[in-house]
Amino acid sequence: MTHPLLSVRSVSKRFGNIQAVNDVSFDVQQGEILGLIGPNGSGKSTLFNCLLGQYQPDSGSVALKGSNITGKSPSELNLLGIGRTFQQLSVFPEMTVIDNVILAGQEHSGSMISRLFGSPDAGLTEAAEKLIGFFKISHLRDEPAGSLSYGQQKLLDAAMAFMAEPSLVLLDEPAGGVNLTMLGNLKERLQAFNSEFGTTFVVIEHNMEFVMSLCSRIIVLAEGSVIAEGTPEEIRSNQTVIDAYLGA
Amino acid sequence: MKFTKRNLWLLIGLALLILAPIGQGRYIVYTLTSWLVFSIAAMGLNLTLGYAGQISLAQSAFMAVGAYITALLTLNGIHWIVAMPIAVLSSFVLGLLIGFPALRVKGHFLAFVTLAFTTLVFLVLRNEDWLTGGPYGLSGMPRPDFGLFNTGKNINFYYFTVFIFVIFSLLMYQIVRSPWGRAFKGLRENEIRAESLGVNTRRITLLAFAIGSAAGGLAGSLMTPLVQFIEPGSFALLHSLRILLMVIVGGAGFFFGPVVGAGVVIMLPEVLRFTEGYYLMIYAVTVVVLIIFCPKGLVGLGEIISRKILKRKEVRKDFEQGAKL
Repeated sequence: MTHPLLSVRSVSKRFGNIQAVNDVSFDVQQGEILGLIGPNGSGKSTLFNCLLGQYQPDSGSVALKGSNITGKSPSELNLLGIGRTFQQLSVFPEMTVIDNVILAGQEHSGSMISRLFGSPDAGLTEAAEKLIGFFKISHLRDEPAGSLSYGQQKLLDAAMAFMAEPSLVLLDEPAGGVNLTMLGNLKERLQAFNSEFGTTFVVIEHNMEFVMSLCSRIIVLAEGSVIAEGTPEEIRSNQTVIDAYLGA
Repeated sequence: MKFTKRNLWLLIGLALLILAPIGQGRYIVYTLTSWLVFSIAAMGLNLTLGYAGQISLAQSAFMAVGAYITALLTLNGIHWIVAMPIAVLSSFVLGLLIGFPALRVKGHFLAFVTLAFTTLVFLVLRNEDWLTGGPYGLSGMPRPDFGLFNTGKNINFYYFTVFIFVIFSLLMYQIVRSPWGRAFKGLRENEIRAESLGVNTRRITLLAFAIGSAAGGLAGSLMTPLVQFIEPGSFALLHSLRILLMVIVGGAGFFFGPVVGAGVVIMLPEVLRFTEGYYLMIYAVTVVVLIIFCPKGLVGLGEIISRKILKRKEVRKDFEQGAKL
């Protein structure tokens, strides 16, 4: 039997009186681009953080290719091949762009000891240069990441998520605050990764146009629960979804 | 090796270190040696504080561990060259043992845990007379003799310390520019992001702390033959605070920041001695002014000035950084 790449079963998370995530279950198949949408406060980011080890779910389980990964730390999950981006800007501002990307890959290369005595770049400069070229920020190679514009930092954040060649990438609002041209650029990059390397994506996004055109399947969350699931067309015409978004 | 501007500065620095004690009296040579010893301790703390971003007030306690182990071994006829690695390794292992539980807490809480450790070490040194000599300490430790080169004379011991300092700096430089160093910086700049990229933050913080502790042990190991008399008071909390001051005044996170800081903290009182009764006041005010007006330390200030003149790259301050959940 082949397992789905990621399998989420009955995950719940409560903060005090707020049930942020309530009994959420879904599967992510190898090679798909899954969208996760919902109004503000619907539990998308909390769910992400439960999947990524930042939070421990109160109940439920998460499995990667059939093996249980519930309760693993974010760094362990990264080493298992899960990459992520963050909603807020999330680079290392004082380090150069190239160093940011090398840091994103170095823990996957060699042993602890070889990382202390080996070459300073862990042999990753070439791969990192290729990646920043792919995201069209090569000209910023030696700039401190903190000196980049917002959109450029978003692209760098995305590049970092890909450095370790993850099989699954979770993107938390990759389009937030990114201008139209750059947004098109970002979408193109994600699709290229998906088709060339078979990278699987789960994307949280408020930009409907972006999500509808990028994702093959969409899950809608409201008040912590899944209220709808389907193709972009099905979601667009789903009355429950329209009501949830319009607050009816 | 490429001959860059940086290498030129390093060569000038080394030449100055070699020329500095020539024609100087005993006291100046002693002060210069003491500066290098504290520079080593402060560079160790800089790894913990400046690179990995953790506040530790235990550096003088690790110096004590290094100093007492070296003293006890050399008093029993073991050569310094054997005693020193034992002292450094003990400090490293102790750093791991203390750091493992202590690094569950961060920031100010870690400062308090390490403060308690420093106090504990002080009490052990003072109360366990049978081993440490209690409040009277230990004295008469020999300076290392290498046959052709005897460090018995102050000037010889100074050059010996310069040699150890250079070796130590090269090792530290290797650590800081290695992937470990990058992970340390990542941890300081954005811990959650570093963790999401596979950096085992707990392990890497612990290693930064233990390596910093080992540097403290090395400084202590040099302190013993330098002073040839050690007592618990030489390693009390006050000295941890002084080492912290060296790192901050010089510039935390800058490689040679602590060396500049140690210079200021050790030399300034000497330079101000002519003001007699006022020197402590002037010293305190200078430090306060320095910290308010250049929070990145003297090396940081130098960098800001060179950036203004040379129009170097700068990190913008308009975006709030940091991964938030």
